[in-house]
Amino acid sequence: MTVATDTSVASASLPMTKALNAGLRKAMQGDSKVLLMGEDIGPLGGVFRVTEGLIAEFGDKRVLDTPLAESGIIGTAIGLAMRGFRPVCEIQFDGFVFPGFDQITSQLARMRNRHEGGLIMPVVIRIPYGGHIGSIEHHQESPEAYFAHTPGLRVVSPSNPHDAYWMMQEAIKSDDPVIFFEPKSRYWPKGEVRFGESGTPLHASRVVRAGLDVTVVGHGAMVSVLLQAAELAATEGISLEVIDLRSISPIDYGPILGSVQKTGRLVVSQEAPGFVSVGSEIAATVAERAFYTLEAPVLRVSGFDTPFPPAAVETHFLPSPDRVLEAVDRALAY
Amino acid sequence: MSATRNDATAPRIAARTPAATAPFGLDGAETCVRMISPNGAFEPNAAAEEFLPFLDRLTEADHRRFYRDMVVVRKFDTEAANLQRQGQLALWVPSHGQEAAQVGSAYATRPQDHVFPSYREHVVGMIRGLDVVDILRMLRGVTLGGWVPEEHGNFHLYTLVLASQTLHSTGYAMGMQLDGSTATGNPETDQAVIVYYGDGASSQGDANEALVFAASYQTPQVFFLQNNHWAISVPVARQSRTPLYLRAGGFGMPGTQIDGNDVLASFAVTAKSMDDARAGQGPSLIEALTYRVGAHTTADDPTKYRDPEELAYWVARDPIVRFRSYLQGRGIEQEFLDAVDEEAADFAADARRRALEITGPEQSVIFDNVYAEPHPLVAEQKAWLERYEASFDEGKN
Repeated sequence: MTVATDTSVASASLPMTKALNAGLRKAMQGDSKVLLMGEDIGPLGGVFRVTEGLIAEFGDKRVLDTPLAESGIIGTAIGLAMRGFRPVCEIQFDGFVFPGFDQITSQLARMRNRHEGGLIMPVVIRIPYGGHIGSIEHHQESPEAYFAHTPGLRVVSPSNPHDAYWMMQEAIKSDDPVIFFEPKSRYWPKGEVRFGESGTPLHASRVVRAGLDVTVVGHGAMVSVLLQAAELAATEGISLEVIDLRSISPIDYGPILGSVQKTGRLVVSQEAPGFVSVGSEIAATVAERAFYTLEAPVLRVSGFDTPFPPAAVETHFLPSPDRVLEAVDRALAY
Repeated sequence: MSATRNDATAPRIAARTPAATAPFGLDGAETCVRMISPNGAFEPNAAAEEFLPFLDRLTEADHRRFYRDMVVVRKFDTEAANLQRQGQLALWVPSHGQEAAQVGSAYATRPQDHVFPSYREHVVGMIRGLDVVDILRMLRGVTLGGWVPEEHGNFHLYTLVLASQTLHSTGYAMGMQLDGSTATGNPETDQAVIVYYGDGASSQGDANEALVFAASYQTPQVFFLQNNHWAISVPVARQSRTPLYLRAGGFGMPGTQIDGNDVLASFAVTAKSMDDARAGQGPSLIEALTYRVGAHTTADDPTKYRDPEELAYWVARDPIVRFRSYLQGRGIEQEFLDAVDEEAADFAADARRRALEITGPEQSVIFDNVYAEPHPLVAEQKAWLERYEASFDEGKN
């Protein structure tokens, strides 16, 4: 028997899976139109147990174990949203979103625009993503740029349990479709979730560690890598300012530009391949808006422009604290 | 000598381009529900028997209405194609030949039902209360949509990616179940969905996933598959080696094949299927055998790939001619038929006039409805475009 997280207390130490679960539960309690759809999300609670206990609490009219078809899940969620529901769809793994890609990009993202504003599309698509879990092909990918490139979608990714709890509720409240990337390597580490403290706005980026020498930016699981890099750098007398992007589309440039005004140096990081990536977009925009304050070119630390490799060599593929520091050193050398 | 599996002289895939309708027809196909013979005689076949009671719902006025709508939309369709040829529309999607399938099924819906069209169901929209000029607005390139479904008989927007709407309709029907708007036992208020798609779209993954989801959740909906025999230039035989209505059984729902050029068959079978859907008996599929007499769109040239004999076969089974013969057999007065022709000409002329008066849109539509909530990037680009374009005006002063 699953015990639901008590959210009436001021705070609790939870893994991100439980924080997401509590956020979904809160949203479902607050609005009877919120329903969950996905593969294995009912009695099993999803392959990562994020929806554990919810079918028992809300029943199978609110938690729909669907046939195994991603386009079917997204396409029917669109119909349900047209009918006034607020579906939250679970895609089982990052690499399995592509069978639903057409419904997301050709239909979901454009439905409001096609209807000339006559309807809303409050659909959340949860996608566990990213590497570091030693899994097989299609289970470790970072496809966020495809969605960030699609007008009509909002794309976010929490890096910690507190944000996960609040951002899930904000995403469900949004009248626009939100692609919600959950960094699965951060599913299990616990962190403090402050239930009484409303979250930062969904699309705000945030300085999570103040510093003076180089600004480093990332989202999702990269944030913990950046924080580790900042710890290491500090031992060498280099002060990194770490920014958690939180929102990939739209991007909140305020904290990034503010930080670059101070440091003059920016390193952007991501697990995804760097070519035509979120990091590329930030680099281009910062170069436009902060050209005279930059002391060095904006550098990218990314996955390589290859398919995600066999897990045995993933540590060579994924940006590590050392890879971040290598870029920091290059930025400082200008 | 019998052919074996390894017999190289007996290819397992016969012709590269099998004839769409070899030997063209549905004449004599006893599985296919037919009420009116191609010559206009009321001769229900055996398959039609269980659907006959549904014809009792039709009054003389309904018969006239069916005929009137088929004639009017044929004329409108021709006028719209002319408009495209004259550069007034970007594209036109003819419905010539499919009027009976569409009119009969549309009249089988109730006001509370929801209709998800593909992009050729002009008369279905008309019957549901849509101004056909709204369709022209989209094809003239001034809007991506054109109307508010809830204000036009719950006739949803055209969907141009084949079969995408089948999933939307299934999700919508799931919503009817979840909010308790169907299967309450009250036929006056219980709702159902009808979704239109075609033989080409039946090959899409989405069409098949929609059938899976519909069967799984026992949605209140009818899949109305117009088999017009051609997906642009690809014949239906390339889409399916089995009659399409038989696929329904594989998904666990009833499938019925109808003579799609028989408006009464289309009405009766759809009426029963929609009644069943509203009553909580789950989804079903109707395959309407019909023919795309015209081109796929005005960008197409069917003379490059179609057998003229096949076209002649189907033209001889024209749905309007057939129903007119049927009505004449019932003693309809010539004055009525003449009046309908006149009304159709007026309707088409009026649509033409109003199509040429279509204006807009403002450039702000580029930005205004992309998101429901404020989006800084889109807002910034909208403001930039306004400043940029205003800068040319400043230069003139």
